[in-house]
Amino acid sequence: MAAKTLTINGQQVTAEEGATVLQVARDAKINIPTLCHLDGMKDVGACRLCIVEVVGTPKLLPACTTVIAEGMEIKTESDRLRKYRKMTLELLFAERNHVCAVCVANGHCELQTLAYEQGVDHVRYDYLFPKWGVDTTHERFGMDHNRCILCSRCVRACVEIEGAATKSIAGRGAKSKIISDLNEPWGEADSCTSCGKCVQSCPTGALFNKGSTVAEMEHDRSHLDYVVTAREKKLWVTHA
Amino acid sequence: MSFLDLDEFLIDLAAQVEVVYSPVVDAKEYPENVDVCLIEGAICNEDHIEMVHKIRARTKIVVSFGDCAVTGNVTAIRNQLGLGNQENVLQRAYVEAAQLNPCIPKLDGIVPPLLERVIPVHEMIHVDHFLTGCPPSAPRIKSFVSQLLEGKAPQLTGTDIKFG
Repeated sequence: MAAKTLTINGQQVTAEEGATVLQVARDAKINIPTLCHLDGMKDVGACRLCIVEVVGTPKLLPACTTVIAEGMEIKTESDRLRKYRKMTLELLFAERNHVCAVCVANGHCELQTLAYEQGVDHVRYDYLFPKWGVDTTHERFGMDHNRCILCSRCVRACVEIEGAATKSIAGRGAKSKIISDLNEPWGEADSCTSCGKCVQSCPTGALFNKGSTVAEMEHDRSHLDYVVTAREKKLWVTHA
Repeated sequence: MSFLDLDEFLIDLAAQVEVVYSPVVDAKEYPENVDVCLIEGAICNEDHIEMVHKIRARTKIVVSFGDCAVTGNVTAIRNQLGLGNQENVLQRAYVEAAQLNPCIPKLDGIVPPLLERVIPVHEMIHVDHFLTGCPPSAPRIKSFVSQLLEGKAPQLTGTDIKFG
């Protein structure tokens, strides 16, 4: 496969054709914040946290779904990027009911961590305070729609890794919702194998093990990567 | 209460500041020319509206102190019930959960009328600084207050910001 040469933050890097800006940046130890990306699954560019500036393009492009090209000049940090990343995070907080103090994932939440990194100490937009429910019909897991950021990690884990395709997204815009099968209570979704990969993939407290109380839900993010590596390389190790 | 966890720093602090108004200070009226005000809690009733406007007009530096002031936090969960939720809240508190004399207090000046929505302080007045946390931990309060005492604008970055 042909190699492409490009620069990221002035640093010259070479990578294989077809790689994404995110992959190349991570290989070069350049950190780009992400939320909907999870190692081992396809990228969808849903969260817009990984936006980067590409010289010659007025638009900001998501690093996770932008494929590299010869001679590309990329910037991963600028005042403009910081401004939009912060705005994106604030809008995520305003869109649903993220009450950190009473959340199962408090202290183990990627949304929180990113907010701290990007300096979000308050939300400038009016909170919407929508009315969402909690689905606790499944025997072992719960889904709290109040904490969902619609990153679709659970949907991808379910279809790509487990192959069950129980989870999907219904509705449009801010009213979109993660559903099980044909919008049935999770406990009645026949296709669910109860593997829990969706729960491990969730960045916030939206998916949790039943019985966990405030700050107790720690997701094992490496679980999916582990399963994928095991399948593809026949190695039962993390990050082979 | 987290403020009291500052322990011996409270003694240093006492030498440098004069506490002119607080729930535990015997002052009925919020004074003029206040340097710093730490506001705890969200805005949920008509008294709060009057109070925050008074605070803003008479204070140089207004700080939203803790998650309730910054985000509405648990106190704003009632907003999810939609408009008219204040009736449900009062019904629940004063009638359903009451053991003696279940009735909603209606006389003037007893319970300030609740607002339709609980809102963070900065949705109503300009707030200069935000200290998140439920509650903000003593070390973070200390770092914040120390910067204020030095006359600096507190810079909270990374792990100095903490929701929940």
